[in-house]
Amino acid sequence: MVMRRINRTLVYGALIVAAILYLLPVYVVVITSLKSNASVSLAQMWNFPTHASFASLRAAWAQLAPNFGNSFYLAIPATLFSAALGALNGYALTKWKFRGANVLFFVILMGLFIPYQSVLIPLLRVMDSLGLYNSIPGLILVHTVYGIPITTLIFRNFYSLIPDDILEAAKIDGTGYWGIFRHIILPLSMAGFVVAGIWQFTQVWNNFLFAVSLTNPPNQPVTVALVNIAGSQTVQWNVQMASALLVSLPTLVVYIVLGKYFVRGLLAGAVKG
Amino acid sequence: MAQEVLPVKAPKTSKPLRRRHRTGDSWMPILTLAPSIGLLAIFVYGFIGWSGYVSFTNWNSFIPTLTWAGFRNYVTVLTSFRFQSDLRNIFFFTILFILGVLVVGLILALLIDQKIRAESLFRSIFIFPMAISFVVTGVIWSWLLNPTTGVNLILKSLGIPGPQWFLSTRFVPTIHLGQLSIGIPIALLAVVLAAVWQMSGFSMAVYLGGLRAIPEELKEAARMDGASAWRTFWSVIFPNLKGTTATIVVVEAAASLKVFGLIYAMTGAGQDFTTDMPNLNMFQTTFSGDAFAQGAAIAMLLLLLMAAFTVPYVLSVLRGER
Amino acid sequence: MRLKRKVAMALTSVVAIGALSACGSTPSKTPAASGPKKLQIFSWWTGVASSKALNSLIGVFNKKYPGIKVINEAVAGGAGSNAKAVLASRMEANNPPGTFQVHAGGGTLLSWINAGYMAPLNSLYKQQGWYQDFPKSLLKMLTVKGNIYAVPVDMQRSNVLWYNPAIFKKYNLTPPTTFSQFFADAKVLKAHNITPLAVANHGNWETTLLYSDVLLGTLGPTQYENLLTGKAGTSWTSPGVVQATKTFLKMMQYANTDYSALHWQQADQMVAQGKAAMNVMGDWAQGYFTTALNLKPGTGFGWAATPGSQGTFAMVSDVFGLPAKLSNKTATKDFLKVLGSKAGQDTFNPLKGTFSPRLDANTSLYDAYSRSAMASFKKDQLVLVIGQGAANPGFTQAFENDMVTLLSSKNATAFTTAVESAAQSNPL
Repeated sequence: MVMRRINRTLVYGALIVAAILYLLPVYVVVITSLKSNASVSLAQMWNFPTHASFASLRAAWAQLAPNFGNSFYLAIPATLFSAALGALNGYALTKWKFRGANVLFFVILMGLFIPYQSVLIPLLRVMDSLGLYNSIPGLILVHTVYGIPITTLIFRNFYSLIPDDILEAAKIDGTGYWGIFRHIILPLSMAGFVVAGIWQFTQVWNNFLFAVSLTNPPNQPVTVALVNIAGSQTVQWNVQMASALLVSLPTLVVYIVLGKYFVRGLLAGAVKG
Repeated sequence: MAQEVLPVKAPKTSKPLRRRHRTGDSWMPILTLAPSIGLLAIFVYGFIGWSGYVSFTNWNSFIPTLTWAGFRNYVTVLTSFRFQSDLRNIFFFTILFILGVLVVGLILALLIDQKIRAESLFRSIFIFPMAISFVVTGVIWSWLLNPTTGVNLILKSLGIPGPQWFLSTRFVPTIHLGQLSIGIPIALLAVVLAAVWQMSGFSMAVYLGGLRAIPEELKEAARMDGASAWRTFWSVIFPNLKGTTATIVVVEAAASLKVFGLIYAMTGAGQDFTTDMPNLNMFQTTFSGDAFAQGAAIAMLLLLLMAAFTVPYVLSVLRGER
Repeated sequence: MRLKRKVAMALTSVVAIGALSACGSTPSKTPAASGPKKLQIFSWWTGVASSKALNSLIGVFNKKYPGIKVINEAVAGGAGSNAKAVLASRMEANNPPGTFQVHAGGGTLLSWINAGYMAPLNSLYKQQGWYQDFPKSLLKMLTVKGNIYAVPVDMQRSNVLWYNPAIFKKYNLTPPTTFSQFFADAKVLKAHNITPLAVANHGNWETTLLYSDVLLGTLGPTQYENLLTGKAGTSWTSPGVVQATKTFLKMMQYANTDYSALHWQQADQMVAQGKAAMNVMGDWAQGYFTTALNLKPGTGFGWAATPGSQGTFAMVSDVFGLPAKLSNKTATKDFLKVLGSKAGQDTFNPLKGTFSPRLDANTSLYDAYSRSAMASFKKDQLVLVIGQGAANPGFTQAFENDMVTLLSSKNATAFTTAVESAAQSNPL
């Protein structure tokens, strides 16, 4: 019993230490964004601001606000589309094994490893010829395409855990390909959508390279505005940290609200009949 | 059969459905996959083909000189000190990063799985760095690991001399190979630290899912006091997490190849190219040096490198499923 | 059951097809390069001062040409390196912006001209009388084979030694004009635990700028220019370059050790706070001292030409040109007219913290520092700096890579040999 209590103390102690370490960077971001420009310096980075100033948050918001809408307009459809395609692919690859399924999966999965910096020039040409250069729909397409490998991986793994017996029964009933997907697979997919959705939303929201290469103002997502605030000559660290804080809020909310489902989603995948 | 969470490897019990009544459905999977395959054929394989073509040309200025250059660009890249440093760096970075993410994620997951109070609070804390973009992480950590002002100030107040972090030019161990020093660059550890901070929440969540899927009796045994717990963990719990680990490795390996944003914001190429990466080199060669063909050669080498590591792995996993 | 299945099937395919078609057919397409009444201005001016300056210039333009809608396309990050990536991709994809920012000189501008991406502006210059309005030596840097390709909007100096006047006064020192004086001062400062020279190198261009100034101070402007323009008989392995490299390395011994982590502002902040005494940086530092740190020119911070470079003005000038592949060139030409005009430049420069390179610029609009720089600009010999427009991008990139190796190996001869081979594979 005593051992047990000591162990509990150790567990909580370790967790609290780890939590402090994880929150340390946040502390720096928050206090820096509350400082005035003149009182920001590396030497005083740990110090509390002498008086809290919300000027930098206000300045950051003024510059970011117009781009927030673009980011939502981009991230939500891109997340939904790539998750939908991932679900369809996962279904086709696991539940209807056909000759060459593994080859096709391999072909899709390899897309995960392409270095995006190397495709900018051809990407720009293709988008231009599609008439999608400098448009959010264009960015949605790009993020959907490059999201396919990871969402397919997630759903393939997820669906492979759904026992085939249920499907066999439905097939004997005469339910077809789409019927099985709609009535059996889709209702079980919520957790998969949460995992794929969170992952994709974060990736798309935080992406800078495609955003800056494929859009011009006023169509640019908020990450471009964030980097623009960094400026090329005068860096205002307080405003930069304040904007980093603001830009991270939507993804933070997603994680805090859906974080529970994220773990549960990973869990649900394992619960099999 | 082990319960796996998000395994790359599908359980052996899953049998493909045999097509019985509706022969029309047999084309459905292919039709379903067609749009994705078509898009990837252009956006991934088409572009790789384009890079491959460019890498064999003389297009090393703004003038697109598409004359045949043979392997000249590859020779230039492979013999450059910078690219050789990049190879060393990405090798050590990927290994250390994945190890770090696995170990930290597993420890955190084990701690959280101890039926603790405020579980969701702790989980949120460990997972939230994933929500932040690599660019922001880079700026924050370059402050934190500044040898004179960052965490070293705290270490100093505790009487511990802090390392030079990303300003260090030391290698452990140092083996000289011509101009190049082979070993783990200390500076790179700073980048690894930041990347692990950002990405360990993912492995924690996946491992937690994996742990929760393990039957309670097994875990109860592992939770018992004394030396037996340790042995139970290794002989019972850990083998059950194999599939989970495989998933994390694939996802994090892909992430580690995209640390561009983090490095770009945090250290750049670093002193003596100790924190340089092939994709940073490629970006600068292509767009600062306007050497498009050389940049394409770096891209192709990077792809080959990735293929050398991932193809055998993925193939073995797929083969194992049959 | 059958109907239900059909509906479900239809629904799912709607999701799938919708995913694709939504991407393929949305009407919000903006015609990329300048449609009839649109003008895209591409720059890396996203900082507070520079974006304010650009917007006020656009204001002047809109008053004169209300029918044209200007789209300010500023791309931030890495002193224009992100912007360059985006611009290069667009130019290669034959989708140029209406006009774009580039540095004057034999760097990127010359590469664009040689590649045939720029249209000459001779008639515009003649029509506007600009051949007389700007110094000949500046226009020379925009001219290839008798054709002039760009309009300069601002002028900055990059051979400036910034110093902390209080420290110099306290230890009875004078700002160094020669390298031996620099080292004498540095010794005194080091003895008093003050970092003599603050150096930043996060962007990898800062030490290259310092090196350029040392090279200039060692060789003198004429030899320096011959070397950078690849005149016959010059070599990077010559004794002068080796000596400059050794001087540079010796100066780095008096610098802070965390330079590779610092942005240039942080180095200047060290000077402002009295932790370091000197810093070599372009005069964009001036805007940082006065606006971000609220210091007064002369008392809060001091300046001098870098050692050995008195009488030379190492210039960095932002210029704008006319992309040859642009379908409608009128809007761009109209904008260039405003950009090169006295009214446009007198609005733009005081806000940006730079000064107008026009000979008739209104000096009363500027502060003490800028007035002194304007005076030097008019009488000094003009040269360019590596990394800021002096040499072609291929050479510059190779040079910056060699600089990384030099900073850790400290091997001057290996460095000069490497740079010489870079100069041969990327002819200057």
